[in-house]
Amino acid sequence: METLERILAAHPFFSGMEERYIQLLVGCASNVRFDAGQYIFRAEEEANLFYLIRQGKVALEAFGPERGPIVILTLEQGDVLGWSWLIPPHRYKFDARVVEFTRAIALDGTCLRKKSEENHDLGYEFMKRFSQLMARALQATRLQLLNVYELNP
Amino acid sequence: MVPRPHTVRRVWQETHDTFTLELAPAAGDGAAPSSFAPGQFNMLYAFGVGEAAISISGDPARPERLVHTIRAVGATTKALARLRRGDTVGIRGPFGSQWPLGEAAGRDIVIIAGGIGLAPLRPVVYHVLQNRQNYGNVVLLYGARSPGDLLYAKELEQWRGRFDLEVQVAVDRAPATWRGTVGVVTNFIPRARFDPSEAVAMICGPEIMMRFAVQGIEELEMKSESIYISMERNMKCAVGFCGHCQFGPAFICKDGPVFSYESVRALLNIRGI
Ligand SMILES: Cc1cc2nc3c(=O)[nH]c(=O)nc-3n(C[C@H](O)[C@H](O)[C@H](O)COP(=O)(O)OP(=O)(O)OC[C@H]3O[C@@H](n4cnc5c(N)ncnc54)[C@H](O)[C@@H]3O)c2cc1C
Repeated sequence: METLERILAAHPFFSGMEERYIQLLVGCASNVRFDAGQYIFRAEEEANLFYLIRQGKVALEAFGPERGPIVILTLEQGDVLGWSWLIPPHRYKFDARVVEFTRAIALDGTCLRKKSEENHDLGYEFMKRFSQLMARALQATRLQLLNVYELNP
Repeated sequence: MVPRPHTVRRVWQETHDTFTLELAPAAGDGAAPSSFAPGQFNMLYAFGVGEAAISISGDPARPERLVHTIRAVGATTKALARLRRGDTVGIRGPFGSQWPLGEAAGRDIVIIAGGIGLAPLRPVVYHVLQNRQNYGNVVLLYGARSPGDLLYAKELEQWRGRFDLEVQVAVDRAPATWRGTVGVVTNFIPRARFDPSEAVAMICGPEIMMRFAVQGIEELEMKSESIYISMERNMKCAVGFCGHCQFGPAFICKDGPVFSYESVRALLNIRGI
């Protein structure tokens, strides 16, 4: 059977991370699964977890009473779901709806924040990874905003 | 070169603003249908209105079925949109350079298309599927604005069902009923199955999208000589005469539309043409 440690190390988010850090993190991790149609979290809920997606598809949605749910982005194998655990006030900003059966590793943000405070090297590794992820997401969002396929956006 | 009259055999709507014409040389025109290479285009003349450069989007192995996919954006393309079965349209061509299918032999191919940019790349897909053993992994990454804006949706679905082709489709926005991917097409690049050190990339779409696609590919340390893009900026004569699409020593119509990224890098930052 695959150990949680191996699964963590194999996820692109942790690629290249030293084993001693993975060992520290494994206590904050658990295996989770969700069926299609389930909500992993909803906007405004307290954000204590984030997810490394191993399989499946999750839609990040914003809901407006006038427009109904709007899909902003879908996340798939290799992606990371949820940043709100990192940034106060630690509340989710969007709904995460499962489009296809999804398996993921849930990481406990409170646990991670505590370990990162205790071990700043670990915290730095984490921040490097998250800042890359956020920069990429920002670039992609800008490209999406440009509406490049319209002649007169 | 004078336009050869062609008869519209079939017309069908692809999306709200894009349609496909199937044409054949008009009766009495004894000449054989022109063969073409993937990436090449024709000048389509809507009589009394004007001419537009339109890529050939059909199967290069079946040149008797001349297929063009057109987005109605201005006077000429809107006039072409009014054509019905049996009507006549003038054709000059085929013109232009081709996708590097010879150079890609034995290598992986990553095709990245955005919006109407899938039209000039569809002949590549046809060719590759008919000669599948000549190529390594083949990946098609396609982006469009919304699910309703996807070209060739049925074909995309068929291609996705194959074991020898990876097809990934992303839209910028979608209702909650869409079960596919939402996001930019370039997100697929780092996870698609191709070997960047060996692959050839063929990219066509809005220029901003092409720039981001090239960046995504270069991040994987793919050589820029292995990246090809099709520059479909506006042109008039198609034979390097009028200078409308001239850039330095190059004419998009004559030397392009398919260029190696290496040779056209500077062009992508020129705003004038
Ligand atoms: C080599 C080549 C291949 C092409 N292949 C296709 C194809 O397969 N299908 C297709 O639908 N179109 C294709 N095009 C684009 C097509 O030629 C133009 O959209 C067409 O000239 C528009 O003519 P028009 O008279 O209808 O509109 P115009 O009145 O000329 O233009 C209407 C609007 O579209 C904009 N526009 C015109 N041409 C372009 C362009 N090339 N890129 C971005 N914006 C433009 C204009 O700025 C204007 O805002 C290709 C262009 C080239 C150079």
